[in-house]
Amino acid sequence: MENKAKFIAFQTIVTKEIRRFMRIWVQTIVPPAITIMLYFIIFGNLIGSRIGEMGGFSYMEFVVPGLIMMGVITNSYSNVVSSFFNARFQRHVDEMLVSPLPNYVILLGFVCGGVARGLAVGLVVTILATFFADISVNNIWITISIVVLTSILFSLAGFINAVFAESFDDISIIPTFVLTPLIYLGGVFYSIDLLPEFWANLSQLNPILYMVNGFRYGILGVSDINITWAFTMIIVFIGAAFTYSLHLLNSGKKLRT
Amino acid sequence: MVAALSISQLEKTYPNGFQALKGIDLQVEEGDFFALLGPNGAGKSTTIGVICSLVNKTGGKVGIFGVDTDEDFSTAKNFIGVVPQEFNFNMFEKVFNIVVTQAGYYGMPLPLAKERAEKYLKQLGLWDKKDEIARTLSGGMKRRLMIARALVHEPRLLILDEPTAGVDIEIRRSMWKFLQQINAAGTTIILTTHYLEEAESLCRNVAIINNGEIVANSSMKALLKKMDKQTFIFDTKADLPADFTVLDYEVKVVDSHCFEITLNQGDSLNAIITHFTEAGIEVVSMRNKSNRLEELFMGLVEDDNNGK
Repeated sequence: MENKAKFIAFQTIVTKEIRRFMRIWVQTIVPPAITIMLYFIIFGNLIGSRIGEMGGFSYMEFVVPGLIMMGVITNSYSNVVSSFFNARFQRHVDEMLVSPLPNYVILLGFVCGGVARGLAVGLVVTILATFFADISVNNIWITISIVVLTSILFSLAGFINAVFAESFDDISIIPTFVLTPLIYLGGVFYSIDLLPEFWANLSQLNPILYMVNGFRYGILGVSDINITWAFTMIIVFIGAAFTYSLHLLNSGKKLRT
Repeated sequence: MVAALSISQLEKTYPNGFQALKGIDLQVEEGDFFALLGPNGAGKSTTIGVICSLVNKTGGKVGIFGVDTDEDFSTAKNFIGVVPQEFNFNMFEKVFNIVVTQAGYYGMPLPLAKERAEKYLKQLGLWDKKDEIARTLSGGMKRRLMIARALVHEPRLLILDEPTAGVDIEIRRSMWKFLQQINAAGTTIILTTHYLEEAESLCRNVAIINNGEIVANSSMKALLKKMDKQTFIFDTKADLPADFTVLDYEVKVVDSHCFEITLNQGDSLNAIITHFTEAGIEVVSMRNKSNRLEELFMGLVEDDNNGK
């Protein structure tokens, strides 16, 4: 397949993915926006006003980057996991498998679909956040690159979940029992400096900590983690997840008998 | 001329140890209309799955228009269009989008993809449904949608796995006509079906697969010639006499106005008609008891199962 044809095929998958989540925007874009707005009101405004400063910023300013990242992470993940699992479940993944599409184009197409939804939700949440806090960006390039890389990573994670899932229950188990706890314990609502040493050290095993802090550094200029270390960790995780996802596609795991 | 499909010693053993294909050889020439027949579980869909990459083979070679799938499956896939047995499109997508998206997977630019989608949806009588959500289509329309989708990149080899299953006779006939047209235009077609009259009337060559092995592979004519007997059913105007016989033939009286005669290959019907005239028996209708290919198919499969 020529490069031009590959690019058209890639565009086709991305367009299809964006069309899918935009067709059901009431289910894909509105709920996370409402949920995170409630976080802004309850944690940021009502409870946050009694907490005082954190990391030199008002609590509302402190939680905004974390809540934006929460929207990006959960939506990137859930877009790919639900879309690819549905494609397997209804067997229309075969449309791609019988075509001359290289596997890496299939993977990139789904990942870009996940990134598109993650960023769409991130943008909506950011716009909503401006109603609750003054947002000024410390470093736009760090902010954008961290959010895009994080979205790529969780799109890949959603893809891996979708390959192994056997039922619709399986695509909600990981987000409920793994992703949500990791996000909540990943420094969205607090600085790990507040934790006892043991828990602070343990928190460093949580990959989401690096993403939330990297993004927070991009916006506020403060972070619990060294920013270079945050980038390194995210890129290493992306490399591992991409390699494994491609291996799953190449081996035909749960796709080819 | 290079073969459209060339399979040699194809084997498939599933992880549970079940051997679905036991080293089959098959060749389909370019331009052919080929029937691949066999009972359920014989290995037809596995063979098709291997050809279009949905099933990983465990041995053997597959060539599509001279391209070895082990060496360049990507090029080989460009030659193939496949219509699977089960509906496998996004049920929540619009009909037009399904076909256009499939064209995109083959790297077709959007304007051409839309043009082709229109062409094939019109030819298959689905153009007025182009904006409908796929799940709202009837069974026959869904089948035709899968044919349009398989043709959008204009493959040289079209593989249809039971394309008329569950389709009413009128639509089935229109699908036959359409398939004959695209075959006449040069597309090689491989068809699996349980409607043996469909295979008999459409296909020039046939292979019968049973228990993962090819038990017959020849032209349809040559295969049908192997039939040594056929049974005809006659309906008469008046009651049949109590001691009804017809020359030396094997006769079975069904009821007072109906009987069956089994003839050997080459027997003349003229003698029987003359006999009826002389005996004063007025025949009002005559028909073949069952599809000839069906009888032959049953015989071959039965022989194979009995280890003959």
